[in-house]
Amino acid sequence: MDALIPHLPVLLVLTPLFGGLLAALMPRRGPAPWMWSLLVTAFEVVLALWMVKQVQRSPQETITYLIGWWPAEYGIAYVIDALNAYVILVVALLAFVSTLYAKSSVEDEIPKDRHNFFYSIWLLAICGMVGICATADTFNIYVLLEISSLTVYTLIAMGKYRDRRALTASLKYLVLGSIGATFILLGIGYLLMLTGTLNMPDMHEQLMLMKAKGTLEGNRTVLVGFAFITVGLGLKMAMWPLHLWLPNAYTFAPSAVSALVASTATKVGVYMAFRFIFTLFGTVYDSSATLALMAFCGTLGIIVSSIRAAQANNVKKILAYSSVGQLGYIVVGFSMANESGVAASVIHILNHAVTKGAMFMACGAVVLRMGNADLKSFYGLGRRMPATMAAFTVGGLGLIGMPLTSGFISKFYLVSGALHDGQWWLALVVLAGSLISIVYVWRVIEVIYFKKTDKRAPVAEAPFTMLIAMWILVSASVVLGVDAELTGRLAEFAARALIGGAS
Amino acid sequence: MIEPSPVLAIAIPLVGGALVVAAGARRNLREAVTLLTSGILFATVLALIPAALAGPSPTTEVLHVLPEIPLAFHVEPLGMIYALIASGLWILNSVYSIGYMRANREAHQTRFYLCFALSIASVMGIAFSANMLTLFMCYEVLSLVTYPLVTHKAPKVAAIRAGRTYLGILVSASVLLMLPAMVGTWMYTGTLDFVHGGVFGEALERGSVPPWLFGFIFFLFMYGIAKAALMPFHRWLPAAMVAPTPVSALLHAVAVVKAGVFSVCKISTYLIGVDKLAEYGQGGWLLYAAGISVIAASLIALFQDNLKRRLAYSTVSQLSYITMGAAMLNPLGMMAAAMHIAAHAFGKITLFFAAGSIYTAAHKTKVSELDGIGRRMPFTMGAFTVGCLSMIGLPPTVGFVSKWMLLGAAWTAEQYFAIGVLVVSTLLNAAYFLPIVYRAFFRPPPSPGTTGEPRHGEAPWPIVVAVTGTALCAATLFFYPSVFAELALALMKGMPT
Repeated sequence: MDALIPHLPVLLVLTPLFGGLLAALMPRRGPAPWMWSLLVTAFEVVLALWMVKQVQRSPQETITYLIGWWPAEYGIAYVIDALNAYVILVVALLAFVSTLYAKSSVEDEIPKDRHNFFYSIWLLAICGMVGICATADTFNIYVLLEISSLTVYTLIAMGKYRDRRALTASLKYLVLGSIGATFILLGIGYLLMLTGTLNMPDMHEQLMLMKAKGTLEGNRTVLVGFAFITVGLGLKMAMWPLHLWLPNAYTFAPSAVSALVASTATKVGVYMAFRFIFTLFGTVYDSSATLALMAFCGTLGIIVSSIRAAQANNVKKILAYSSVGQLGYIVVGFSMANESGVAASVIHILNHAVTKGAMFMACGAVVLRMGNADLKSFYGLGRRMPATMAAFTVGGLGLIGMPLTSGFISKFYLVSGALHDGQWWLALVVLAGSLISIVYVWRVIEVIYFKKTDKRAPVAEAPFTMLIAMWILVSASVVLGVDAELTGRLAEFAARALIGGAS
Repeated sequence: MIEPSPVLAIAIPLVGGALVVAAGARRNLREAVTLLTSGILFATVLALIPAALAGPSPTTEVLHVLPEIPLAFHVEPLGMIYALIASGLWILNSVYSIGYMRANREAHQTRFYLCFALSIASVMGIAFSANMLTLFMCYEVLSLVTYPLVTHKAPKVAAIRAGRTYLGILVSASVLLMLPAMVGTWMYTGTLDFVHGGVFGEALERGSVPPWLFGFIFFLFMYGIAKAALMPFHRWLPAAMVAPTPVSALLHAVAVVKAGVFSVCKISTYLIGVDKLAEYGQGGWLLYAAGISVIAASLIALFQDNLKRRLAYSTVSQLSYITMGAAMLNPLGMMAAAMHIAAHAFGKITLFFAAGSIYTAAHKTKVSELDGIGRRMPFTMGAFTVGCLSMIGLPPTVGFVSKWMLLGAAWTAEQYFAIGVLVVSTLLNAAYFLPIVYRAFFRPPPSPGTTGEPRHGEAPWPIVVAVTGTALCAATLFFYPSVFAELALALMKGMPT
């Protein structure tokens, strides 16, 4: 077994890649594709845990894997450190739980003879997201980004069997996502022209050399490249106001897809932002202006999207807008560029994934039973689907950031980060945003518990696999909120490493 | 033998809550569980008194909520006073609840008893918290678990709306003001532990925290604790009166509001340090804010016809007495405040019990309907009278003891504003309480046969037992205030002067 250890970084990507290809060859009907996917994602979790263990053994060093043993300057290198081992673990865990959840949702929403293709694309999407985190080669990032994007467009479009608006939502995402990806590619191209390398650490070194020689001063190419990449990333991670693709995409996607994508896809975008802004450009430029702009977008995003969420009448849409708002917290966190702030961002990647995943799952169970996720469908469900609605409620408390849930921990770090530099106003805006989140969460909770049900519709509790999946995430949210020793330390460590590159 | 400890005091009601759910609809068993739990809890809390008198005990760390800040508990005099009244009155309140909930055929009684047990668990958490993070977490949990009790009568619109006001004000204030204050304390001092004299001393001396910032953090704390109902953050309290009366009695006259003023006292004593406030000339405004709150709430109470609302505004005003005691910024004032936490509890719960008793027996909620009711419900109205005397601060009730101490503290500190407020508010208290007593005993009852006039006697016996019990406590504590007085004294002695 130990012979596998050096190959872990690449195995993490190859497992879902080949798993996905094989899933397409499975029988079209029956549970085989689902069971295969469950197996693959479970194996992926094992690999990710193993990887984290390797990283923890020597946290100061990075683990480099050279594909085909080509030197990093020419070939593709995968570089794993504390930060991306952690993000990969988050993605793998969420992928596994979402796959567990997907069974009933897919049986209900996807035609019977397409399950093998669905799971094939599903696994490829996971492959893309894990790959983005693992690789240190900028062009490879672009390739894997396209793999994950194209598959996610497809997955969202599959919502058409329930609601045809999924097609336009997917198209909108396709157009905007492609613009984002193209921008990133253009940015990478400019940098390649100047530095002659695609490897990220190498690129950073070349830029530093240029800085030392003084040729960087007033170099428009680097600046434009940086600008392209920043905007492209903003689109990919749905940073307000570049989030327009997100609400409809999340609303009309099949329930399982909403759960997976909402908890992982934008997080991977955030991870890329960390890498480009801190690791690549960290000491090259004084990026405080960019960060200030991001803080501005983030705070506005928190407020505006939360208000939009409070106005929406479809629970999936409420959750989608809330995702944009929560992403604002992550953006505001790392825009502070101090330890607490970046730690808040890192920890919120996990905390929000867990919370929002659970809520989308609860919402999907309602879609399964009631046919849609309108606020009206939730009337009085507290009595008829008590376990699902309890999960939704605890998830909602997590979004608000109530103590005993993981959301509180994120908020504590975030406010610490703001106060660290004496930015009381930023702390107040962030907290005001969480007050608006009380409004949109409570609108649903009041409906769930206080409204009378429509007696005619026979509604049962969600299927067993769905309940297990959502309760895994809900318990994770509570455990992470009560005892954040491990995640807190990890986030602080990752934050130090990131900012260390910047100072 | 299990050692009594703060953690045990939190665990007992949690286990009790679980058993209540397990008992479910078997109501005799369920109520027996509640009574038994409250009894065991009270015994446990009593067993902790010696530790409390000896000053803050060593802390017990349970979990690491954040890498450097644990969930931790300790025993100290101030928390002891709060835990004692909450757990002791929980027994009587449970007796009362049984009578009230059954006589009024309230729905969802299992949920009711469960939420009650959870509330008491979080109250114990607040009372024994050893650092600010623990206090904050338990404080927020208390807001959440009392929410289903406030909205007990949903889907009635009034209940849902009251729930919004309740949660909206409490959570907004704590998230928007208290949380930044807490994080600020953490950032500037590097600790959130509760220690005598506060944690800011070093930072203030070094100059890393300018005095104005210190004062600002104190300001955020004081208004962030909306449960202390300092005006203008008091509106949730009258709104919460739509809940069944046992909730108003134990939670909104004792547990929740006392969580507020307890936090005010605890944070002032153990996190901010009142001597530091006095030294750096900060926080003087609190005395005036509290004083104005006392008078304004009394004036509003004067014009409330709904009995429970009148009691609620009286609570707002009495809570500000306690805040005022803390705001005198000297140990004597803090001691008086601690004493008043206990004194007000017994008086106010009696009054609420009586109001619920009247509602159960006669279905009356308004002061103007109470003519001659004292003859039909002698026990209830007798107890009510004792409660009124305690509120006004007349002997032979415990209210006199604490008011005397407050006056003494104000006199020593030469706070003539406080003395003025105390005198005026005593008159106002008399003006809105005594007419009720007068109506009940000296006005003739409406002649029998008047339309809508039900025939009734006393309320069911559990209610009568509870209401007389608390009234007797209020009177007994006048003669034997030693338990609470000693604890308050121990608190004062520990404070640096």
